[in-house]
Amino acid sequence: MSLILSRNAPAPDDIYEAIIMMHEGLSDEESASVNARLILILANHIGDASTIREAAMIARGDRI
Amino acid sequence: MMHTDNIPVWKKFGYAPRKSKPRTETLETLIVGGGPIGLALALDLGRKGRDVVLLNALPFIARGSKAICFSKRSLEIYDRLGVGERLLNKGVIWEKGKVFWKGGAEPIYEFDLLPVKDQKFPAFINIQQYYVEEYLLDEIAKYPNIDIRWRHEAIGVARRSDGVLVEVETPDERYGIEARYLLACDGSKSPVRTMLGLDFAGRVFEDNFLIADVKVKAQRPAERWFHFDPPWPGASSLIHKQPDDVWRLDFQLGWNIDKKEAAKPENVEPFVRGLLGPDVAFEFEWLSVYTFQCRRMERFVHDRVIFAGDCAHLVSPFGARGCNGGMQDVDNLAWKLDRVLSGAAPASLLETYDSEAITVADVNILNSTRSTDFMTPKSNAASIFRNAVLELARNHDFARPFVNSGRLSQAVPYCNSPLSTPDEDAFDTGPAPGAPLIDAPLGGGQWLLSKFGEAFKLLSFEGGPSIPSDLPLVSIAPPHNLAFRRYGATGGEAFLIRPDQHVAARWKRPDAGKINAALKRAQGAGAST
Repeated sequence: MSLILSRNAPAPDDIYEAIIMMHEGLSDEESASVNARLILILANHIGDASTIREAAMIARGDRI
Repeated sequence: MMHTDNIPVWKKFGYAPRKSKPRTETLETLIVGGGPIGLALALDLGRKGRDVVLLNALPFIARGSKAICFSKRSLEIYDRLGVGERLLNKGVIWEKGKVFWKGGAEPIYEFDLLPVKDQKFPAFINIQQYYVEEYLLDEIAKYPNIDIRWRHEAIGVARRSDGVLVEVETPDERYGIEARYLLACDGSKSPVRTMLGLDFAGRVFEDNFLIADVKVKAQRPAERWFHFDPPWPGASSLIHKQPDDVWRLDFQLGWNIDKKEAAKPENVEPFVRGLLGPDVAFEFEWLSVYTFQCRRMERFVHDRVIFAGDCAHLVSPFGARGCNGGMQDVDNLAWKLDRVLSGAAPASLLETYDSEAITVADVNILNSTRSTDFMTPKSNAASIFRNAVLELARNHDFARPFVNSGRLSQAVPYCNSPLSTPDEDAFDTGPAPGAPLIDAPLGGGQWLLSKFGEAFKLLSFEGGPSIPSDLPLVSIAPPHNLAFRRYGATGGEAFLIRPDQHVAARWKRPDAGKINAALKRAQGAGAST
């Protein structure tokens, strides 16, 4: 499995909204925890370490 | 000489003077270090008929608390050496680990370390290292060709093109030993490594851990219980049952502490009472504070000086990969050195000890480093993720395997070994070339694994044409279905097994040409990568 970097989300506004809503009313500290849990949940959904490593490099802004 | 006054004694032997005292002795194999690795190596070589001298700087077995968790694979190796059953009878058998968080009564994660049942040995036993050393020494006493020299200390080492010159000091003399091979098994602070000026690169983790071995009559299960963020002092704690009502307690203390103060009994007491209960009656057996380190030498073979065990590679204790990792070194090295010394194999076979043992050390260091990074997060972000895993694990099964309180030692396969012949047939399951055999019952109290060791052998599964080979044959007949299943066999398969019980090659349709080519390769004759 390789990381999808082309357009893959038919409803991007819905996804963006879901992420922002997740943080509603949370302190910075709580938000950081919720972000971490979300990443772990999605990482398990993806289930493939190389895909996650690739995404992590792009998230950091590293060239691949 | 080494200062021994403050070292607690388990069993005293006393200084062993030499019977005759030439200024310089000439030997085949000299082992420096009398811990479980040095002793097991001496026994393994001695059983093969080699003359071995072992120097122990101490005149006794030390009592101090060291290794306690011995893995199935180590027990299989000890069984090959004749002490496996004695260890099993004395040790505390355990197979389950439980991880708790914030003092919760229910574990957030459980693991079974022996998913494949019906094997001669359990996943682990706990037993104090001094028993292992004592049992090895009792067995060694049966071999007049193994000479254990108590209170003989190596104080100088010089490498020669055809051997090693070692200067030895005892309470009443100094003498030299010229050995063809020097096997250094002298621990993490290895004097031999230091005297040769060799590297030992790696990482120190910024955390301190307190070990308290306490004697207490406690009714608790023989399981590995690990607590993250417990309600008692310490960032984490671990409890293990040992023989003789001794319990190993391990507490995570943090980085900026006064180590000497931390190890004082009055300061340890609140930890113990927190974990075991406020009214518990106990005695301290051993107290010490240590830091984690992961290190290894760049090479383990330096001409005629060969390193094994902690002197070659060091890991944190969570995962029991120290002594168990060292036992895999012993298993790997003894048959190779024996064959090189007898002339049956070229000296280049020892190069494969270097590459295979480094493969093992790197897997152990990787696992140990990851466990340590989970337990001692290096950054705020790492702490947030660790806590997120622990929180999710309470209610979500998917998160539980992310919890890392130590990944416990298993035999490491020799992937891509120059001694292995890659598969040309597809097997659904079973040990691939480089992996150790997996045990299976053969009826009448017999075990598959016990049939192997000491020599190259063929494991064959009946049901195909007869196998054309001069090698000793261990043939498995159809009623032993577990063995068939564990090796992915339907009948007619053959596995070439090394003297250390690792698979060198396997075939569904073996023939003489393939077997001979694989044997040559596994013996190091045509070792090419």
